[in-house]
Amino acid sequence: MSDETPKINLPDPTQLVVSNSPHMRDKPTINVIMFWVVGAMLPGCIAAVLFFGLAALKVLLISTLSCVIAEEAWNKAMKRPSTWRDGSAILSGILLGMNLNAGAPWWICMLGGILAMILGKQLYGGLGFNPFNPVLVARVGLLIGFPGIMTTWDKPDLGNMAIDGITAATPLGLAPGETLLQDMLLGNVGGCLGETSALALIVGGAILIWKKLIKWEVPLAFVGTVFMITGAMHLVNPEAYHSPFVHVLSGGLLLGAFFMATDMVTSPMTHKGAWIFGFGCGLITSLIRLWGSYPEGVSFAILFMNALTPLIDRGTIRKPFGFVAPAKGEA
Amino acid sequence: MSDKPRKFKGGVHPNDSKALSAHKPIQEAPLLDSYKVIMHQNIGAPPELLVKKGDEVKKGTLLAKAGGFVSVPLHSPTSGTIKMIDKVPGPTGISVPCIEIAADGEDEWDSPFEPITDWKTTDPVELRQRVWDAGVVGMGGAAFPSHVKLSPPDDKKIDMLILNGAECEPYLTADHRLMLENAKEVVIGGSILARILGLESCVIGVENNKPDAVEMLKKAAANHSVHVQDLPVNYPQGAEKQLIYAITGREVPVGALPMDIGCVVQNVASAAAVYEAVVNGRPSIDRITTVTGKPLVDPGNWKFRIGTPISKALELAGGITEQPAKLLLGGPMMGIAQSSLDVTTMKNTSGILLIAQDEVSQYTSEPCIRCGRCVDCCPMQILPATISQAVENHRFDWAEQLNVMACIECGSCSYSCPSHRPLNQQFKRAKVEIRAGLRKKG
Amino acid sequence: MDSLIAIISVGVIGTVLGVVIGIVAKVFAVDVDERIEQVEEMLPGANCGGCGFAGCADFAKGVVAEKATPAQCPVCSREDVVAISDYLGIAAEEKEKMVALVRCSGDIPNTQRSLYNGVRDCQSAVLVAGGAKGCDYGCLGFGSCAEACPFGAIEMRAGLAIVHKDLCVGCENCVAACPKELIKMVPAAATTHVYCNSPEKGAAKRKVCQTACIACRKCVKASGEEDYMEIDGFLIRSNYENPPSADLVEAAACPTTALRVDTEHAKGAYGGEA
Repeated sequence: MSDETPKINLPDPTQLVVSNSPHMRDKPTINVIMFWVVGAMLPGCIAAVLFFGLAALKVLLISTLSCVIAEEAWNKAMKRPSTWRDGSAILSGILLGMNLNAGAPWWICMLGGILAMILGKQLYGGLGFNPFNPVLVARVGLLIGFPGIMTTWDKPDLGNMAIDGITAATPLGLAPGETLLQDMLLGNVGGCLGETSALALIVGGAILIWKKLIKWEVPLAFVGTVFMITGAMHLVNPEAYHSPFVHVLSGGLLLGAFFMATDMVTSPMTHKGAWIFGFGCGLITSLIRLWGSYPEGVSFAILFMNALTPLIDRGTIRKPFGFVAPAKGEA
Repeated sequence: MSDKPRKFKGGVHPNDSKALSAHKPIQEAPLLDSYKVIMHQNIGAPPELLVKKGDEVKKGTLLAKAGGFVSVPLHSPTSGTIKMIDKVPGPTGISVPCIEIAADGEDEWDSPFEPITDWKTTDPVELRQRVWDAGVVGMGGAAFPSHVKLSPPDDKKIDMLILNGAECEPYLTADHRLMLENAKEVVIGGSILARILGLESCVIGVENNKPDAVEMLKKAAANHSVHVQDLPVNYPQGAEKQLIYAITGREVPVGALPMDIGCVVQNVASAAAVYEAVVNGRPSIDRITTVTGKPLVDPGNWKFRIGTPISKALELAGGITEQPAKLLLGGPMMGIAQSSLDVTTMKNTSGILLIAQDEVSQYTSEPCIRCGRCVDCCPMQILPATISQAVENHRFDWAEQLNVMACIECGSCSYSCPSHRPLNQQFKRAKVEIRAGLRKKG
Repeated sequence: MDSLIAIISVGVIGTVLGVVIGIVAKVFAVDVDERIEQVEEMLPGANCGGCGFAGCADFAKGVVAEKATPAQCPVCSREDVVAISDYLGIAAEEKEKMVALVRCSGDIPNTQRSLYNGVRDCQSAVLVAGGAKGCDYGCLGFGSCAEACPFGAIEMRAGLAIVHKDLCVGCENCVAACPKELIKMVPAAATTHVYCNSPEKGAAKRKVCQTACIACRKCVKASGEEDYMEIDGFLIRSNYENPPSADLVEAAACPTTALRVDTEHAKGAYGGEA
């Protein structure tokens, strides 16, 4: 044996990990998914800050911080491991901020965070166990508890970074015919932070669909159904009902359709189920908007469909590969 | 039949990683001092031991005869003496009986049968008996006795023979090199199998990340009625049911076998083993294995005889440059993790794979976020997330209703899960419980 | 005036419904043997299933119907069995109290294991490399038995299941939970056991576990004339017809400490805490 024979090293068997197959994993983890969704929200957030000034930034920051602190406080109290690093609290915080208006006082943002995380998520067991979208639980909770504050909208002022704004009505609150579609598309309208720039939200939604982070069936069915129902009513009576384009571009519809209804935990897992879910949301939103007492129906519609999600999942279980229907006459 | 292949729903696209060894030609492993041949190398009954300590054997001598219809005989990989009937760690972690043979260095053949030169006119029954006598099993990994697949009951009409050259698992290149270097053996093996089944032709399915193998097979198949079908790259394309669907468009019914819809699938390595048995008159005692992985000095493709210790295989590959996280037998998607280097190769060891520390991903008990990725990628179209929830709550009845028995354990769902949930293991557990429940009832 | 009408109408409705319920209760009453309820009261009420019936109520029914005897309940003390038997007027059966024995001493520091990653319960772990433990027959340590025990009698310490004999009632739920069939029921009176379950050759066993029984037979020799120990291939067992006492441990000086008194089960080979 020559002295130059290299030493051959063999693995140490006691250091080998034994687990069931598969032994390799695709890249996305929960954080990666959460942060991509946050990234898709950024165009909307930037538009909100542009139109509403630093007040919008304040709302977003306080909401996010409040969500993270509420989740961690609960974890500590319940002696459970820390979970904020999975990114879901941060995402919820940003979405919550987008559901509030720029003039919302800091304590509303804080209360919203607590409602969302504790009442909406942690009480059920944390991420993955909640039946309702936590952000919507918070929004509806605040809406019912503090209707005055929650329905006072600020007037957008593009580029003005001043904190205090002037209040104005949302497009849906105005009579039909008084709104400008262009304003609504770009974001020059009153409303909560997420209700303004439709364009920014559509860009965000496109990112989500491209990255396969959401089921495209949900926003398509949702927006499509609203368009068709409100369109039908508009044709019947253009004086009494807004044009379907106004409906689609205003209110929280785009925010709701792309970012809220598509929340993975609370929406169906099957594609057939996603169609039903989107359709249901659209139907209820239209009913509330057209004939209900609230001008905005998206939050309630989504929460209602969240409740139906387990049933939808059960009902849309697909047949396995190779399924053969039992012949007629057999048991 | 051989028109555009159909795409099955679902599937994942892991990193191929075949470049580590795809270009390395097959090397013949040197003769070792001893071989520990594991006795039970097939699905079905273990073979019945015929030799005892001290017996002299030659290469190819019958060591154990088939223990029933669903069982195959075992032959000696070299000439020498039976050192002892011992136990060795098996691939599933439990110690299994093995026959230790001390090689005498002569490596002298003494096959129990002669080559059949005129197989084209030989009675198919005799050819099938030869496949059984040679101990040929499914070499794709399942190790199901091949002669059983070739003996469908009279009421099952077989009209399609498919050779599985997909090799969809990442890292593995053994079948690829076999098809490249021994294309003739694969093609003739396929023709022999077709004759046994009473068919005129067969189809070889190959994933199109192996274009050179496709070319080589097409050339070799020129004078035989063997069609070569290239398939899109989609794990698990090599799974029997998905392969049949891609080539024929037929779906194997839940709970049924391919023969129920007229198909028989054999791995290309099994076809080559059939060639070896019929044309060369030699039993199945070795196979091509890919020894690969980032921590290895020199990944490659080797021809190992059965009973070669993994430690020896790793030595031949130059040893490691760093401690691996896992040692697998098979590929990374369905391979079995090992805890000992004393395991020996068997007829179905298609790969010896080392996974590096930075590649491996650990399972956690993070909650299911119902993202639906597993649902989208499942090739059997069941609902992994819901079944996982059922198993966690010990609701095996519900899991059975959700068709967990249809699961082929390909690992696509666990691969895609962002919460790193141990889905595959949960389904295995569910199947064990359901089968135990069925046995209790009937 | 309105409130008076409300009070009267609700009162009348309440009375009428009460009378109807009373009549229905009498007319549609199910004839229940009152002894069943009485026996159920006298049972411990743990609903552990150790009797083989679906809970205490079911067992009470079985006992009264003479399909079972009171002594079948493993949780019942001798006094309970006598009391129930007297109440029913039947002879009180003698039944030896059995407790669970986890026949393994291979905790994590003493055994060769690989790093396991996956579902942390024994029945799932056994599907992966036999549980990643060097010994094929020993305790995997993930606690499926401890979870299955309705009385909290099993404690997991350093990857080994330790049975607290005083808490064990003999319901046998742990026996079914163990995938290695490691847990056996032994008479509660027996104190000294060989904590090893592997039939492999001594040298092979020792390679993977420091405290395996290597069948050196020192304990058999130390028993002298008495047949305290049973020999089963490469494994020695206590003879439960004539079990050894704690004195045998000192007399035999088992080289691997596989022979232990049950109160010392958790003691590691090199003097860990009992």
